Amino acid sequence: MIHFVLLVSRQGKVRLTKWYSPYTQKERSKVIRELSGVILNRGPKLCNFVEWRGYKVVYKRYASLYFCMCIDAEDNELEVLEIIHHYVEILDRYFGSVCELDLIFHFHKAYYILDELLIAGELQESSKKTVARIISAQDQMVEAAKEEAGSISYIIAQTT
Amino acid sequence: MNPFSSSTRLRDMIRSIRACKTAAEERGVVRKECADIRASINENDPHDRHRNLAKLMFIHMLGYPTHFGQMECLKLIASPGFPEKRIGYLGLMLLLDERQEVLMLVTNSLKQDLNHTNQYVVGLALCALGNICSAEMARDLAPEVERLIQFRDPNIRKKAALCSTRIVRKVPDLAENFINAASSLLKEKHHGVLITGVQLCYELCTINDEALEFFRKKCTEGLIKTLRDITNSAYQPEYDVAGITDPFLHIRLLKLLRVLGHGDADASDLMTDILAQVATKTESNKNAGNAVLYECVETIMAIEDTSSLRVLAINILGRFLSNRDNNIRYVALNMLMKAIAFDDQAVQRHRVTILECVKDPDASIRKRALELVSLLVNENNVKQLTKELTDYLEISDEDFKEDLSAKICSIVEKFSPEKIWYIDQMLKVLSEAGKFVKDDVWHALIVVISNASELHGYTVRALYKAVLTYSEQETLVRVAIWCIGEYGDLLVNNVGMLGIEDPITVTECDAVDVVEDAITRHNSDMTTKAMALVALLKLSSRFPSISERIKDVILKQKGSLLLEMQQRAIEFNSIVERHKNIRWSSLVERMPVLDEATFNVRRAGSLPASVSTMAKPSVSIPNGVSAAPLVDLLDLGSDDILAAPSSSSGADFLQDLLGVDLGSSSAQSGATPAPKAGTDLLLDILSIGTPSPAQNSTSAIDLLSTADMNNNSSTALDTLSSSAPPHIATTASAGGMFDLLDGLSPSPSKEATNGPAYPPIVAYESSSLKIEFTFSKPSGNPQTTNVEATFINISPNTFTDFVFQAAVPKFLQLHLDPASSNTLPANGGKVTQNLRVTNSQHGKKSLVMRMRIGYKVNGKDVLEEGQINNFPRGL
Repeated sequence: MIHFVLLVSRQGKVRLTKWYSPYTQKERSKVIRELSGVILNRGPKLCNFVEWRGYKVVYKRYASLYFCMCIDAEDNELEVLEIIHHYVEILDRYFGSVCELDLIFHFHKAYYILDELLIAGELQESSKKTVARIISAQDQMVEAAKEEAGSISYIIAQTT
Repeated sequence: MNPFSSSTRLRDMIRSIRACKTAAEERGVVRKECADIRASINENDPHDRHRNLAKLMFIHMLGYPTHFGQMECLKLIASPGFPEKRIGYLGLMLLLDERQEVLMLVTNSLKQDLNHTNQYVVGLALCALGNICSAEMARDLAPEVERLIQFRDPNIRKKAALCSTRIVRKVPDLAENFINAASSLLKEKHHGVLITGVQLCYELCTINDEALEFFRKKCTEGLIKTLRDITNSAYQPEYDVAGITDPFLHIRLLKLLRVLGHGDADASDLMTDILAQVATKTESNKNAGNAVLYECVETIMAIEDTSSLRVLAINILGRFLSNRDNNIRYVALNMLMKAIAFDDQAVQRHRVTILECVKDPDASIRKRALELVSLLVNENNVKQLTKELTDYLEISDEDFKEDLSAKICSIVEKFSPEKIWYIDQMLKVLSEAGKFVKDDVWHALIVVISNASELHGYTVRALYKAVLTYSEQETLVRVAIWCIGEYGDLLVNNVGMLGIEDPITVTECDAVDVVEDAITRHNSDMTTKAMALVALLKLSSRFPSISERIKDVILKQKGSLLLEMQQRAIEFNSIVERHKNIRWSSLVERMPVLDEATFNVRRAGSLPASVSTMAKPSVSIPNGVSAAPLVDLLDLGSDDILAAPSSSSGADFLQDLLGVDLGSSSAQSGATPAPKAGTDLLLDILSIGTPSPAQNSTSAIDLLSTADMNNNSSTALDTLSSSAPPHIATTASAGGMFDLLDGLSPSPSKEATNGPAYPPIVAYESSSLKIEFTFSKPSGNPQTTNVEATFINISPNTFTDFVFQAAVPKFLQLHLDPASSNTLPANGGKVTQNLRVTNSQHGKKSLVMRMRIGYKVNGKDVLEEGQINNFPRGL
């Protein structure tokens, strides 16, 4: 099971956190501090796994971002690397060659996509296409609602 | 959203935060934004809610407190529109976790949304429930989720399946309800639903045995077919990863087959073919393929014996191990640890490669490899492997030395073929990584040295040589000065030379130099200094010719800032001064051989602040006048060290014997600084000072407080110390001490008059054993309570090897006297044992104690545990 997902920039700035196991706010920031210290300092040629408090953290660097997932000691580390890559590919497709700025200004989108990929710390969908389809369907619903809200008749109805 | 809204947009806020150059500036911007958001929340304008929450989530990610936005999430979730719900659920998952009570408020909204007509709204609710639901919510909403597993849309079915995994994890009782629904998912074609369905089945199998049986019977064949189909399927661009169709599904299927095959030969048999196919046909040049292979190997090793498959699995691991990719090597090391269990030989073949991995620059790989090596060690290869590891210890990174030295020590301790080799290896480790070695390791070394009488000379010389080179390794220095103190004469006279040794010339001065160096070095810690002081005292009798010099060194410590050191320096000094007049050499003679078995028991069970008294009558070895009490003291003293949390553990009893108690220096005022006469002196050294009201029971050596609480024996002591002439450190005093020890159990009648009476309690009662406590307070010391524990065997069987252990919180100090016997006869047999508890928070906190009782019934070990909370108030 994936206990949490963490996106950290090379400077140690947090770009996304998702917790599937209960951690208090205090523990969360401690975990982030501890792990980014360990992971950011690891050399480029080393393996992508870090043993940490009886768990394993699988991380992979894409450009300036480190994608980290914490799993149980007996889970398949290699598969988690694939899950990370899977997520990155979906992000890439959604944003069109994704970069860190996309994830900063549209962080909620990154969360929505992650929610279509993982639930309860388990993989939910192995098809990138399906994820993209579901996300765009929901985006359209939001757009439609926005349009309706922006329409003059709606504003008039609200103000009067 | 609202064009008339005054607040900044999300994008602008992120920009302004990013534009901040300093942390202080950023805090300023965030503070301002938070203030705006709070104001807007107070206005309760529904149009800004959406944006406020988005901003709050960003602020939350930066690590600022955002609890004030929690209610906004709930309001958004309760609103009718999809966009509001979408962001509301996102905020809920981000800002809250399952332990917050606010979460309960959302249960109703979730229930409504799970029944919503729009499937995307249902999806949002399922996702939120799956990610953060608590046990309570799981119980409330399980029927809804169960129903949704059968929903027409696959998007909802897969979400419901994963949501169910969370629910059964939280509430395992609910597992039964999901078995049927889960098995229906295994027939799905849609990969997402199939993956989540397999995951749910896996979860159910691990939680519930019935489920495991059910799936094993009904689904094994179907799952094998699914796996075969997907393995053999033609190229499917939607699911293809590096030439493999849906590795995620592969992996989950293999994982489920693993639990189905484990412990069931029939099911294992069924899956042999497909596993062989996956193991041989899967491409291993990309990570995805290796992930599948890795899972397949794990399944092969977990299911019931199919030896040909296992050969295949071991070969795959061998290939992994020689892979250039560090990730692959890491998982290979990981798996080989499991493979050892059934094919040790095959793993031994890779020993050289594994040893290379111990020296890898990658810390993760090193750690795995080290674990694996320690499993590979056996009697035959221990020497070779240990040599490799100790050689590497010299050049390894500083931060790896701790792990490495700990592993070497445990290997050496476990497999050492002979004592001399053990001592040699430990010396190497101490020399290279002495500062990382844990206390119990060097304590164990001292115990072994003490037991190896024919190696005393060899050891002390080897240590002497080592300490000259590696004087910065604290633990090495400690062991060395202990040995020099004990066996200094063997060092100087080259006694007990072994054939392999080069003769060395060490003068008495050289030996003292080493100890002096240790005591004067500024970075030596208290323990080392105290040990050095004791060593000096011992050396002063071993080397009478330079005792003047030793006296000077001891005297310098009179100026020590540490009270304990100061006090001991003065005492030892006067011992040395007078040593010609009294026959005291027996006092500083060699330590009696330390009991290995006792030490190991203690080491195994050495919980902080716990006391373990072997419930046996105190041993008295009549091998010399003062030696017998010494042995007793040793026992009592060391027990006490375990009870005093500030002292390290076990082997400190060395210092204790001579009254150098580090843990409670200030509290202990037992020994009078200036001894008056020879006998007093001796008694002082043994810390059996004349009882004074100031003495309290934190002192290390309990004869003292025994004297306090037992008037009979303290009178004996008084008479003894006042009347005994100096030369009488012989029969008379020894007799007195024996009396003292024998009279350990205070007479209850006397105790009762000492303070307010407390009602006796039944501290513990089980079907076979009853424990009663009676209490009394010594006069003048309200903090201390004497407890007489009576253990009553209420079963028809005799208990042997009875041991009572107790632990107390930090604010209490506990001392256990030996029990009256270690055998409890059947049907009402009794054993008593005295406890003394000192409550440093007397009047504020009441006593509490946790205890463990071990004994044997008909040769079988029985362990009982309990906590005692029903002490009378005011103790």
